[in-house]
Amino acid sequence: MAGRDVARTVTARHVAVGAMALLLVAGPLFLGSYWIGLLTQIVILATLAMSLDILLGYTGLPSLGHAAFFGVAAYAVAVLSTTYRADFWTTVVAAVAIGTALAAACGLIVAHVRDVYFLMITLALGMVLWGLSYRWIPVTGGDNGISGIPTLDAHAGLPLSGPAAFYYVTLLVFLASAALMRTLVRSPFGLTLRGIRENEGRMRSLGFNTWLHCYLSFVIAGAFASVAGVMWAYYNGFVSPTYLDLTASSELFLMVTLGGPATLVGPVLGAGAIVLLKNVMSAYTARWLLILGIVYIVAILAAPRGIWNLGGRRSG
Amino acid sequence: MNGSPALVLDGVSRHFGGLRAVDGVSLTVGAGERHALIGPNGAGKTTLFHLISGELAPTAGRIALFGADVTRLAPHRRAALGIARTFQITKLFPGLTVLENVLLACEALDARKLVMHRRADAYGDLDARARALLERFGLSGLARELARNLSYGDQRKLEVALSMAGRPRLLLLDEPMAGLSAGESRSMHDLLDRLDRSIAVLLIEHDMDVAFAFAERVTVLHQGRVLVQGDRDAVSANRAVQDIYLGTEPVRDLGSGAEG
Repeated sequence: MAGRDVARTVTARHVAVGAMALLLVAGPLFLGSYWIGLLTQIVILATLAMSLDILLGYTGLPSLGHAAFFGVAAYAVAVLSTTYRADFWTTVVAAVAIGTALAAACGLIVAHVRDVYFLMITLALGMVLWGLSYRWIPVTGGDNGISGIPTLDAHAGLPLSGPAAFYYVTLLVFLASAALMRTLVRSPFGLTLRGIRENEGRMRSLGFNTWLHCYLSFVIAGAFASVAGVMWAYYNGFVSPTYLDLTASSELFLMVTLGGPATLVGPVLGAGAIVLLKNVMSAYTARWLLILGIVYIVAILAAPRGIWNLGGRRSG
Repeated sequence: MNGSPALVLDGVSRHFGGLRAVDGVSLTVGAGERHALIGPNGAGKTTLFHLISGELAPTAGRIALFGADVTRLAPHRRAALGIARTFQITKLFPGLTVLENVLLACEALDARKLVMHRRADAYGDLDARARALLERFGLSGLARELARNLSYGDQRKLEVALSMAGRPRLLLLDEPMAGLSAGESRSMHDLLDRLDRSIAVLLIEHDMDVAFAFAERVTVLHQGRVLVQGDRDAVSANRAVQDIYLGTEPVRDLGSGAEG
């Protein structure tokens, strides 16, 4: 009985993933540029949400400052490509390296604390970086941000241009990131992250240096967030402090919990749901956050383990 | 290394405010020795285990494992020296499968725990060790079950299996039989009897019959201090021990189910 239930659930999930894949791959062939833009946003934010899932879903570390690495990498792209006129690969590699190095520095502090303290300290770090982007005007442009980031095709010298071409580049980045993260969570190291989430004390007494594992998890999540930040900067053509603010981090948090933590697929669904809701609903009402709150409460009541786990529970 | 005892405690104390939970305990467990730690509830037995495994730091005293001073060492570093423990209150990975639980325990002292590019079940030797461990503890049929869905008795078995995964040379067992039915308790007893003789074991046990059948040497703790220590015959004949367990002090917890 249970076996048949599981089989049916897996099938439903396969159908869902198949439909999603079809939409992501073939969507731009029949969608207008507005919808291609939304699809691009979904794919970039899905990469970002998956990176938070490594931390939140797999390791059990609830970060409220994860957008910081995304935002800092985006700022790095803006500064390097406009102020310093750096070439494409220098810009991209340096931006990811800066975001990752920042995660490596912050990780030294935050990997020592857990639960609500982790939440508070990541929130504080995120706010410090947001404040920096707002106040360090000579570099960040303050409230105005930085505009004039070249389009990706112009900067990289791609023969193709336009929203569909950019979309397919982001899709490739998303697929490569997803494949890497999927390999990571299924690896021996990935198993140790889930062990820490389930019972860190037991992990220590078995012989794991759990600090190191949490630290690596934090840095890796920061690296993938930086990749997403680079794509976001090229997508928008400008950066502003809103990329780093608390709303960005908490929306991200919602994407993961709404979609289903510790699944990687769930956060992709969550990113899709929130981007669509935000854009569709904000056409009708300015009280978009109110709607989001209601959606969240309904989701918590109806699907406490996330949309992806609606059909049944797997070991995650 | 071979000549040094598995464990030496030298005047170890742990105070919680004014409470002296463990008070100047000295104790030696030789290599391969079977040693029972008994005493009424609140005697400080579990606190002493926390001090030995490193979950708590001692207020005073020294702890040595296999000849190395570990007094200030973190728990995972002590585990690397060959110590493993079980917990009185089961500490498993409830959301992982039984196989994942033991696989994780087998990875603990293996450098491959940091491998990120291969599947967790890709290493044949680790997988075989994990499955052999499940076989030995009679849990093979439950390998794909989530640990949280196991019966209490099976959870206790898994608890001991996790501690055996790293091939320890010193095993600390905190009431492995507590709460088990008569049949489960007997099979746990058999498992303990079949442990490799080269493993030193320090066992906390409420049931005097079990403790004296298992151990060659016995330490009796009372109010944080060592009351009596020695060979099992000498300890069982000791008057003070008989007083605590049989007579004058109403401290023994009859509701613990340890008799089962």
